[in-house]
Amino acid sequence: MNADANLSQGLSKDDPGLRARIEDFLYLEADLLDEWRIEEWFALFAEGATYEIPPTDETDPATSLFYIADDYVRLRERVVRLTKKEAHSEFPRSQQRHMISTVRITGVSDGVADVSCNFVPYRAKRGVVDTYYGKHLYCIDCTTSPWKIRSKRSVLGMDMLYPGKLTIII
Amino acid sequence: MDITVPNPGLPLTCSDMVVEDRPRHLFRVARRAFTDEQVLEQERRQIFDRCWLYLGHSSEIRNNCDFVTRAVGGRELIFNRDRGGAVHAFLNTCPHRGSMVVREKRGNALSFRCFYHGWSFNVNGRFASRFEEGNYGKEHYGGGCADLTQVPRLESYRDFWFVNFDRNAVPLDDYLAGAKEYIDLVADQAEVEMEIVGSGQQYIINANWKLLAENSIDAFHGFPVHSTYFDYLQNIGSLRSDGFKARGMSSLGNGHAVIEYASPWGRPIARWVPSWGEDKRELVERIRQGLIQRYGEERGLRIAETSRNMVIFPNLVINDIMAITVRTFYPDAANRMTVSAWALGARDEDHELRKLRLFNFLEFLGPGGFATPDDQEALENCQRGYRNQREAAWNDISKGMPRVGPPNNDDEEQMRCFWRQWRQRMTGAA
Repeated sequence: MNADANLSQGLSKDDPGLRARIEDFLYLEADLLDEWRIEEWFALFAEGATYEIPPTDETDPATSLFYIADDYVRLRERVVRLTKKEAHSEFPRSQQRHMISTVRITGVSDGVADVSCNFVPYRAKRGVVDTYYGKHLYCIDCTTSPWKIRSKRSVLGMDMLYPGKLTIII
Repeated sequence: MDITVPNPGLPLTCSDMVVEDRPRHLFRVARRAFTDEQVLEQERRQIFDRCWLYLGHSSEIRNNCDFVTRAVGGRELIFNRDRGGAVHAFLNTCPHRGSMVVREKRGNALSFRCFYHGWSFNVNGRFASRFEEGNYGKEHYGGGCADLTQVPRLESYRDFWFVNFDRNAVPLDDYLAGAKEYIDLVADQAEVEMEIVGSGQQYIINANWKLLAENSIDAFHGFPVHSTYFDYLQNIGSLRSDGFKARGMSSLGNGHAVIEYASPWGRPIARWVPSWGEDKRELVERIRQGLIQRYGEERGLRIAETSRNMVIFPNLVINDIMAITVRTFYPDAANRMTVSAWALGARDEDHELRKLRLFNFLEFLGPGGFATPDDQEALENCQRGYRNQREAAWNDISKGMPRVGPPNNDDEEQMRCFWRQWRQRMTGAA
């Protein structure tokens, strides 16, 4: 464990500067996605992490049908798939820009921060711009170096999926 | 291409848009059928106003007074159960001035009340407001002219409810024809009953609705389009190449068709794959044995092992594959459709199996799955490609025509069934 990680043990959500560091982390994530550095993006996740996009009105992937409910292995495979030319929906690759705002730390316990933020990624391909929007809910483990995402749940603020597909990581 | 091509500049009738030349093993569909708003208008009248259309599943309105609102065939409908448990389908429009009466997606209510002027209705559709004397005559209270309008026909088969806007349509039972056998293979998976799981997925595809009807029963595209999905199965140890003999394709009558084949994937009912782990093996085996006990070796294993993709004309898909998806899709325009997709499972399903079912569903299906998005891409690419129709006017769906004996499941006979029915309906011959 390095010095940075030691510091993280005593984190509290009111720590001055913690939000700025979390924002930096989220901006890094957004940048990796924008640049299609998707394998590096996957490396931000802790082993055993989950990645989910629930339907707009229910929350348990064991009992209701989500849009995405990946465990760590399937998330890895999602990334592997997206690196292939045969992931036809992203060939040629779309262009994307991820916007994040309203970053809030909703709790910190044992160095793991619960973070929420609003998101709007834009995806452009063949003259069509897809817009998604909603709120990300993260569990970020700040005790490791680098920090790791334990879970990411992207709750759409849309009543249906107007862009039709979810092939980029929002 | 030496097929006689009508001059693309000339008007083409719907009858001319489907060309079957059996001696020469050629079957072609004009791309105009996918792009022309006038064709869509005619489809609304000849197909969506006359065919049986899927409305919903009994489980979505399990309790008395449950309701669901849904767009079906260009209408806005209320699908509900009244206080006595009877099922209704109402046009969701106030008899007074037309506002949609129910605005929630689902719920449970003892009555419906239009927010515009406050007209109220019992959940059996009867006008229930009590205005002071002098406001309305007795026809409003007793004559039915202030009641919610019922959809002309509402019938069900094995908990699948359908509506028809044509009062004179043949009974649903006759309409479904051979499709009933395949609905049975799904409905029989539950000891008690099947249910829709959660709320389903809704998404847009910028393509003509018929492209999804074709795609949903098209095995030919499987490997070219979904190689990344099969790579995934391989990577995680979920690909099983052993299995039942492939069964091929069946025409079920009235434009319905099904393909049935050995499953390369696991099925919660009931085909175990190694990636699920040893702990699930016993559970899945128990389900499998239960099916064999209930239905005998042949039918039991058929339910457990094989996968089936079925289209019930015009736009109900029941695909019993790595999970069961029930899917409908309606045109918003010639080049755009809204898709509604649900997961179906046994109501009494073990919690772990249910989890597996949903996990399995999402690995292939839906806008975030490893396969559906690539289908969407293919459909949208077709739609875009049809911009070239003035010079390149025809789709070819001739695969398997020279074959002697029954068609293979990756032939295109199932699409030809769809298109023959489409032509019949569009020309008023059906």
